[in-house]
Amino acid sequence: MEPVVKVEKLSKKFGEFIATNAISFEVNKGEIFGFLGANGAGKTTAMRMLSGLLTPSSGQAFVAGFDVTTQAELVKKNIGYMSQKFSLYEDLTIQENIEFYGGIYGLSRQEIKDRSKGIVDKFQLASVKNKLVKTIPLGWKQKLAFALALIHKPKVVFLDEPTGGVDPITRRQFWDLIYEAANDGVTIFITTHYMDEAEYCDRVSIMVDGLIKALGTPSELKKSFDVDSMDAVFQLLARGTANK
Amino acid sequence: MDQVSLHVEEGELFGLIGPDGAGKTTLIKILVTIIGADDGKASILEMDTRQAKKSIREIVGYMPGRFSLYPDLSVEENLSFFARAFDTTITENYSLIESIYDQLKPFKDRKAGALSGGMKQKLALCCALIHRPKILLLDEPTTGVDAVSRKEFWQMLREIKSQGITILVSTPYMDEANLCDRIAFLQGGKILSIDSPKNITDQFPWQLFAIKSQQKYALIEWLRAWEKVSYCYAFGEYLHVAFEDNTIQAKALNNYLRTGSISASEITVISPTIEDTFIYLMEHGTRC
Repeated sequence: MEPVVKVEKLSKKFGEFIATNAISFEVNKGEIFGFLGANGAGKTTAMRMLSGLLTPSSGQAFVAGFDVTTQAELVKKNIGYMSQKFSLYEDLTIQENIEFYGGIYGLSRQEIKDRSKGIVDKFQLASVKNKLVKTIPLGWKQKLAFALALIHKPKVVFLDEPTGGVDPITRRQFWDLIYEAANDGVTIFITTHYMDEAEYCDRVSIMVDGLIKALGTPSELKKSFDVDSMDAVFQLLARGTANK
Repeated sequence: MDQVSLHVEEGELFGLIGPDGAGKTTLIKILVTIIGADDGKASILEMDTRQAKKSIREIVGYMPGRFSLYPDLSVEENLSFFARAFDTTITENYSLIESIYDQLKPFKDRKAGALSGGMKQKLALCCALIHRPKILLLDEPTTGVDAVSRKEFWQMLREIKSQGITILVSTPYMDEANLCDRIAFLQGGKILSIDSPKNITDQFPWQLFAIKSQQKYALIEWLRAWEKVSYCYAFGEYLHVAFEDNTIQAKALNNYLRTGSISASEITVISPTIEDTFIYLMEHGTRC
């Protein structure tokens, strides 16, 4: 299998503080990779480096074939990103958001037209596509934001707590979309605070104090810690000293 | 919010459970007299939220969803600011916040804006408690907080409750409902149900099966295709399945799976979780 994300001894220091401490791992094509850790463990710093937003202090990372240190702009063009906090422009309509994201990613007019139709058809948005995003329910926004993160057909998509605060049915429908994208060969890199969602990942890493303390399939991790849920694995591992 | 009615007993730890947009924040803001209701009435200790704003604000502690302390003041300065605003001192009610503030003390001279997320949350809680309120209202204190810190936060709430303070707390995390004395399920501005967690889960009307299989996705697809299935949702590594037809038992279920060439490593009857019940009520509406 070809790694789409390849991380080698990647570190980031802020003054004396080591936010990410020489982490190494690989994520394969079409894999759903859960990137877990307590608040302050270094997840956000690592994600920012992998998406070309922050220059590493040392070590290397390749994302979608590009070096995050020397080819940050190419990395940004070839990844998708979605977070619960910011994804869509509330004062634009659904259609305008689609066109805006298509434009940002440099798609041609024809491509934008085709993909916009694809998104509208898939999510049955024809009747609401001219409504302002702020007027549609949160569940729809999340699905639309995910579709837009994929509009330029990236090899890998970073999802930063994409399901925070959504209702339990929409949360599961959102995972259906994740599986579908992974099945189409998109690599999924996801963070979540819902431990049941950790069970849905192909592999999971748990960061503690800037280090990756555990990495494996959910069943491997449960077996090696001799517990019956990912929540229990997390409770055993995640309390480092970062939050003290 | 649409015609919401509820009451919280003295000394209770009451949870408002629901996703974003359910109306949790609006309800809390009405109760702490920040916004007024269009219609209907709300009161705290028999004081009307329209008429007795000042008296209500004196006896409630409020922790809003967004960090609302002064980032340029130190930890200690924030706390003494809130104490003075309520005409008290840090020492007067120190016993109430002692166990929480002890963890902040090493950083008491640090600016609040430079604290970690968990520390900010603890400081906000101390500031909401410093005047020893009769009622503590917390708006999504655990949103975006990791699973370990969430457990610690609920432990703090239980300690505060044991000091006789009534607590109304909102959360989108269904699993936290079990830690409340009573809960209200909110969805789309309406109440789906109000009761103790135990009585809420009793509202799930069918026998619930938890199924585990190596063929996870095939299992979901195959069961969703069965017209007899009334309920089918993933819960971690298990699939929760229920049938309105209560004659269907594990054996029939297993037989059906076999016709789809699916082998289940585990089929057990389980008690419905809070989240199962919330999903059921979302789909079937409220019976109360």
